[in-house]
Amino acid sequence: MDLFPLWNSLRIAALSALLVFFLGVAAAYYAARAPRLLKGILDVVLTLPLVLPPTVVGYLLILLLGPNHALGALVLRLFATKLLMRWWSAIFAVSVVIFPLMYRTARGAFEGFDEDLAAAGRTLGLSDFYVFWRIRLPACRQGILAGVVLSFARALGEYGATSMIVGFIPGKTATVATQVAFLWQNQGNTEAGKRALLFWIGINVAISAAVLVTVNLLERGERRKVER
Amino acid sequence: MALSVDLEKQLGQFFLSVQFETESGLLALLGASGSGKSLTLRCIAGLLRPDRGRIVLNGRVLFDSAAGIDLPPQQRRVGYLFQNCALIPHMSVLENVMLGYHGKPKTERKQLALAQLSRFHLQARADARPATLSGGERQRVALARTLAAAPEALLLDEPFSALDDYLKWELELELAHTLEDYGGDAVLVSHSRDEVCRLAKEVCVLSCGRSEPLQTVPELMTAPGTLGAALISGCKNLSPVTVQADGKLHCEHWAWTLPACPVPDGLTHVGIRAHSLRLGPGPIQLPCTVDRIIDNVFSYILMLQTPGQGQLRMEFDKAQPVPPAGAALSVHVPAEEILLLTTKE
Repeated sequence: MDLFPLWNSLRIAALSALLVFFLGVAAAYYAARAPRLLKGILDVVLTLPLVLPPTVVGYLLILLLGPNHALGALVLRLFATKLLMRWWSAIFAVSVVIFPLMYRTARGAFEGFDEDLAAAGRTLGLSDFYVFWRIRLPACRQGILAGVVLSFARALGEYGATSMIVGFIPGKTATVATQVAFLWQNQGNTEAGKRALLFWIGINVAISAAVLVTVNLLERGERRKVER
Repeated sequence: MALSVDLEKQLGQFFLSVQFETESGLLALLGASGSGKSLTLRCIAGLLRPDRGRIVLNGRVLFDSAAGIDLPPQQRRVGYLFQNCALIPHMSVLENVMLGYHGKPKTERKQLALAQLSRFHLQARADARPATLSGGERQRVALARTLAAAPEALLLDEPFSALDDYLKWELELELAHTLEDYGGDAVLVSHSRDEVCRLAKEVCVLSCGRSEPLQTVPELMTAPGTLGAALISGCKNLSPVTVQADGKLHCEHWAWTLPACPVPDGLTHVGIRAHSLRLGPGPIQLPCTVDRIIDNVFSYILMLQTPGQGQLRMEFDKAQPVPPAGAALSVHVPAEEILLLTTKE
């Protein structure tokens, strides 16, 4: 069995989760302190991908990144490379889809943060950079970590937008999700096809379950630390 | 040290306007909750930006709206002791104190912090997390951390409000000692007259966002000057007053006419402390009946019915025989203990 789709899914999910960690935390940080009206607007715009059909997200990304469209054409001219149909193109699709998960959990965590802790750091003379990375972020780490793990799990399962951006090229852009769709559409009636489907589904369920168990363990460890 | 503060800030419906200047030692900001005490401290520390004003510490301008100066909190060298202590929950006691020595090499920071902890009798708790500390320990760690950064001025935001009574007393003594060693300026925010009396020399009363002129603590007790100061200093008997044509003062609540005396401009109220009232006839006296007798810890509180259907509260020594409820009696007050009060607009 060719395990490329598993490897490809894992690297796409990991890189997307990493990217979205920084983007989501930054957006959440600014949204949490923004004036009311701006915050409302940001909230709607940044949460939209959560409720839009992934196919709509995929098509909007094609409009932005396609070789005949704005950004895609520019990159093609400057770097002679296409933004679509590469394995890493899926990172764009997956990142947009999982962004709201990270943003919303991080924003909730930031809003529950005791601002006096940051104020104490600043009056002690600690730089704003230190206060953010060593005081604010660790104090909110439970919510933020939950956001990262949930985004990673959701990233593993992304299908709609990914399939529109990268299609399905075995050994190149195939992911677990697109592999399952491909098998069902093309070999769903054969015994070998059914076995392969069950194999991939088993892997997917196992990874997702492992991720969720991790979240629970993290949270329990957190609680124990506080009690001690 | 010298700290001079002049600031104004509009926050929704609330308008904060505070002016004071202190030369040395511990100044108390005394006011009821919601009077703007903590907001004032936040402005001094640079955590909140005033709309207008000027804050100068030891000749250094921390904030000047006219000159466009607004130093960030990091450069103000102003220590802040938060009401809830604001210890970083994911750091140990030692790491929290090490924050005060940032900028030095790690081994040196650790040594300094350990020395600081032993100064505050906390060495045994160095590895503990803040959540496991008692209220008193938390308070001491916060103070140790704040002083570690060697601030030029120390702001104390209701440092005893979260503590049990018996702990409060012990920590108050400790704090008094620590402040003597520290030597810099400190501003103590409090709503407790007693706390201010014991710790501070000078006091600035804040009522509804407005500061009143600086007073010494004895002045606050003997001549608070304004209605707000009299209230926060614990004066229980207050009445609106009118100056009659003959110069005598008529207290409306008690239908009591006091002899003429020099009165301040804008006189609106008269205050008489519960312990200023004495039993028996005297030059300035009033006939009353005893309405209720309340058993206090070391004294009785007599609630007296006055002629104008008003009430006076009188503190009565437990060593003396207490008059029964319903008894008619006279009370008098020494002329020098009548508080003449103005009201600020």
